[in-house]
Amino acid sequence: MSTKASRNAARLMLAPAVILLLGWMLVPLTMTVLFSFQRYLPMRGGFQGWVGFENYASFVTSSAFWPSVVTTLVIVGSVLVITVVLGVVLAILLDQPMWGQGIVRILVIAPFFVMPTVSALVWKNMFMDPVNGLFSHLSRFFGAEPVLWLSEASMPSIILIVSWQWLPFATLILLTAIQSLDSEQQEAAEMDGAGPFSRFFFITLPHLSRAITIVILIQTIFLLAIFAEIFVTTQGAFGTRTLTYLIYQRVLESQNVGLGSAGGVYAIILANIVALFLMRIVGKNLDR
Amino acid sequence: MARTVTTTRKSVNTALAWAIGLLIFFPILWTVLTSFKTEAQAVSDPPVWLFFDWTLDNYRTVLDRSDYARFLWNSIFIAGGSTVLGLLIAVPAAWSMAFVPSHRTKDILLWMLSTKMLPAVGVIYPIYLIFIKMGLLDTRTGLVVILMLINLPIIIWMLYTYFKEIPGEILEAARMDGAGLRNEITYVLLPMALPGIASTALLNLILAWNEAFWTLNLTAANAAPLTAFIASYSSPEGLFYAKLSAASTMAIAPILILGWFSQKQLVRGLTFGAVK
Repeated sequence: MSTKASRNAARLMLAPAVILLLGWMLVPLTMTVLFSFQRYLPMRGGFQGWVGFENYASFVTSSAFWPSVVTTLVIVGSVLVITVVLGVVLAILLDQPMWGQGIVRILVIAPFFVMPTVSALVWKNMFMDPVNGLFSHLSRFFGAEPVLWLSEASMPSIILIVSWQWLPFATLILLTAIQSLDSEQQEAAEMDGAGPFSRFFFITLPHLSRAITIVILIQTIFLLAIFAEIFVTTQGAFGTRTLTYLIYQRVLESQNVGLGSAGGVYAIILANIVALFLMRIVGKNLDR
Repeated sequence: MARTVTTTRKSVNTALAWAIGLLIFFPILWTVLTSFKTEAQAVSDPPVWLFFDWTLDNYRTVLDRSDYARFLWNSIFIAGGSTVLGLLIAVPAAWSMAFVPSHRTKDILLWMLSTKMLPAVGVIYPIYLIFIKMGLLDTRTGLVVILMLINLPIIIWMLYTYFKEIPGEILEAARMDGAGLRNEITYVLLPMALPGIASTALLNLILAWNEAFWTLNLTAANAAPLTAFIASYSSPEGLFYAKLSAASTMAIAPILILGWFSQKQLVRGLTFGAVK
């Protein structure tokens, strides 16, 4: 039973977190929205007047906008498909009886703990370098011309790097979900003559659907924001400029804060649409 | 009836899983191996695998760079500091929502989570300006605060799901036995909550150590952590694979080891308790 005193104490304990997060959310957000309606160039005198929705219009009509949207969607979409499909396969495999299961799991999960700048640089130099990379050695071994990975096949390269980083996350979560699957149900289906494929499609996959949804939503939020992987590899060149990177360039590189802020508001709206779905699922889970 | 597994099937599973596991792990393994080679061996074609002259020179070279210690210290300070500060704020908050829930608790939790969805690039300039005004640009303190804020929703959620699992009856029983609030906390609650708090701290350390947007954009020479140190290798001069590997190995080793111990907690923390 909570008394009035304990409820007051509880409110007091909660207050710092709420105030901090409220400030963290409202202050920068308000500033970004304000900037987005201004002509604001810090290198050329800063504030130069209010311009209404001009920045919003010029951000979407600039020649860089649609390509960046396509790039973003291709990266996010490809990485999602790759990580979820391979993640399900790997999770099922890792759930089987085998020797050294714990060690294999450690090997599979490891990439998730590698900091993004390290994984991007290791892939860029030691694997994808056209002269000294391991892939170029491999091509030459088979008598083929080395591929200029990050310039000629820039998108597949970025997708490979990012998928490598996120596959462990998908696998780990799907594996956790699979392990909560009732094995008696599986056995009953097996005894009733269900083959491995029908067992997969009628028992395993439906059981995993919620975990898959969560993986997709959480990864989407992180993938929309990938930065370091592009920053240290292509710097947005060769068609790898994502929406995030475009905004970054507008704000910090060309210091067109008004324009970049309008882009930022678009990014915030986009992220919130995804977030809305995620919150629904998490919220439902809270009631159980 | 227990499912019978033939040895053949188990062998096939084992072979397949190990092959895939090693393939996924290979880039890390290759980096670690390369870190012990000379620069010439690091780029030799055909590649050398295990039979080369193992050397620690690369580690010496990287460590001798006068500033390496500072990058490392910055990483430790920023990751550690944001974890401690985050826990100081999150533990009471999660505690109060778990044990004295109100009709608004669910909304507050979801709202906190929503702050995590804010794309960093959308607010980078305001933060940049605020940092300049407050003299926080390129300081460890500034990064401690930012990383604490971006991870706060996750650790509140994670702690909340842990605290929720502590049965309320135990607290009542302790109270009936005449334990004061102080004894209740020290002898009953804390021992039960400690594993959850430790796991949360671990996850926060990992996330903060690897964060690579704010750490790259808000630091320069002074407060840059290892993420930025590694990024400085992106414009190479001459042969540098072995040195890059040594630097990378040192940057990821501590967190790789911590991470392996926290697999289960990771799932809980990163799915906000939705998958356990």
